[in-house]
Amino acid sequence: MPDLGTYAFAVLGSYGATILLLAALVGVSLWRGVRMRRALREVEARQGTTHG
Amino acid sequence: MSFWEYANPRRFIQTSAGLLPWLAGLSALCLTVGVIWGFFFTPDDFRQGSTVKIIYLHVPAAMMAINAWIMMLVTSLIWLIRRHHVSALAAKAAGPVGLTMTAIALITGALWGQPMWGTWWAWDPRLTSFLILALFYLGYIALWSAVEDPDTAADLTSVLCIVGSVFAVLSRYAVNFWNQGLHQGASLSLDKKENVSDVFYLPLLVCIAGFVLLFVTLVLLRTRTEIRARRLQALLARERMA
Repeated sequence: MPDLGTYAFAVLGSYGATILLLAALVGVSLWRGVRMRRALREVEARQGTTHG
Repeated sequence: MSFWEYANPRRFIQTSAGLLPWLAGLSALCLTVGVIWGFFFTPDDFRQGSTVKIIYLHVPAAMMAINAWIMMLVTSLIWLIRRHHVSALAAKAAGPVGLTMTAIALITGALWGQPMWGTWWAWDPRLTSFLILALFYLGYIALWSAVEDPDTAADLTSVLCIVGSVFAVLSRYAVNFWNQGLHQGASLSLDKKENVSDVFYLPLLVCIAGFVLLFVTLVLLRTRTEIRARRLQALLARERMA
C-alpha cells in the first residue's frame, strides 16, 4: 500500500466511491437483464413465440 | 452487408451476444491493470502529492460522461431521421451509464478539489456545466419513465438530448471559452508541453481504454435488455387484447 500521507481520505474516498458506483451500475444492469430475459421467455413459452 | 442491418433487433441481439464476453473481459483487464498500475506503481506529483492518483478515475469518468451524451445525441438523431427502434433504445440504455460517469467525475472532482483548491465545490465554468449535464441526465432518464408510449418517449427524449448537447460540449470546452475558474485545462493534449508526464500518461491511457470498453459493454448489455423489455410489453399487450 503506497503512503498517501495527509491525502489518504481524498484518494481512498475517490477509489471507494468509484468502485461502489460502478459495481452498483454493473450489478443493476446484469440483474435487470436476467430478470427481463426470464420474463420474456415465460411469456414467449406461454404464447408459443420465440425471439432471442 | 449494410450497417443498418444492426438496426434489426434480432440481428443486434445475435451480434452483441458474441461481442459481450470479449468486451467485458477486455474492460475488466484494462481497468484492473490501469488502476493497479496507477495506484501502486506511479510516484506522487511534486505539487499535488498522492492526490494525483485520482486522475486515473476522474479523467476517464469525465471523458465518458461527455462522450456518452454525444453517443446518445448520435443515436437520438438516427431515431429522429430513420426511426430505428434499436437506436432509440441504445440512447435510453446509455443514460444511466452516462449519469454514473458524471456522478463519479463530480464526486472524485470534489474529493480532489478540497485538498488542492481548499473547497469541495466552486461555481467554476467547467464544474457548473458538468453539474447541469448531470441534471440533464436525470431529466432524460425521468422523461423516458414518465411517458407511457415508447415512440413518443423516444421523440421527446431525443429533443431533450439535442438541447443537452450544448452543455456536453460546454463542459468539455468551458475552460477554453472562459479563461477563469479553478479547473485547469485538458489533462490530455497533443501538445507534449501541456500533457501530463509520461509516468502518469501511460496508466491513464489504459484506464481510459478500460472506461471506454466498460461503457460499450454496459450499453450493449442494457440495449439488449431494453429490446427484450420492448418485446415483452408488445407480447403482453397482445395477450391483453386477445
